[in-house]
Amino acid sequence: MDSTASSMSVDQPGPTEPAPGARRWPELGAVAAGGVIGSLARFGLHEAFPSAAGRFPWATFTVNVTGCLLIGVLMVLVAEVWVGRRLLRPFLGVGVLGGFTTFSTYALDIERAVSAGAPRVALLYLGGTLVAAMLAVGAGAGLTGAAIRAVRRRTVVRRTAAQKGVAHRPYRHRRGPR
Amino acid sequence: MMAALLVALGAAVGAPLRYLTDQAIRARHDSVFPWGTMTVNVTGSLLLGFLVGLPANDAILLLAGTGFCGALTSYSTFSYETLRLVQIRAWPVAAASVLANLVAGIGAAFAGVALAQAIVG
Repeated sequence: MDSTASSMSVDQPGPTEPAPGARRWPELGAVAAGGVIGSLARFGLHEAFPSAAGRFPWATFTVNVTGCLLIGVLMVLVAEVWVGRRLLRPFLGVGVLGGFTTFSTYALDIERAVSAGAPRVALLYLGGTLVAAMLAVGAGAGLTGAAIRAVRRRTVVRRTAAQKGVAHRPYRHRRGPR
Repeated sequence: MMAALLVALGAAVGAPLRYLTDQAIRARHDSVFPWGTMTVNVTGSLLLGFLVGLPANDAILLLAGTGFCGALTSYSTFSYETLRLVQIRAWPVAAASVLANLVAGIGAAFAGVALAQAIVG
């Protein structure tokens, strides 16, 4: 058991959240409110872009891949930038993005495509969603982490320059003893 | 408007139930395998399959299908937990989780439809 895996989980309480068994009504309220917002957004997209039986379900595909990209971005921000905001992850991560994305519609879309006599669409959708979702969550987390490190590096360079009493000139080569 | 209200009501129950299920399972199992997510994904897919297989009327499908099952299950949690397992190089667990969610979740959707059709006849 590696503790880093569970401490970074979407659903599990982090160090700033109350222990299991503690009063968690604020968390549950945040999850419910976020779940309603995310689900209404998903419903709206399905109504706007319905897909016929046996055709590739683009609406669900887009919803799930977008939600996976955003959870990757969010979890890095929650861990490294927005630290200590107790209700942020329950609201945005568990609620909004958990309610926005869906596994049950994905599974049913596959069943419907097979029933409609389109097994190739079903297989393409099954694999396509999985691959795109995994690439999206990895890209979201990776790019956000890289952006945070780049910003911090610039901040550190500026601070060091200020402490030495010289202006930060990133592109000018300085000579002489340090 | 009525449709949106039904979806919202179902989601207001489904999303917190996913959260509580995950916490309850984590409190009992000390394992990196994401049992909580798999449990809600399989249960939600079975129920949605059943509702679509009947088929249930539009109001029930919006409330219990799009709202409740849609919010109970999650693709983002599933993908993020898989990413975490890959990051800690728990490759076999990551692969097992993906395979289990796909086989059991999609299988549950087929089983739900078949079950409903067997009952309705």
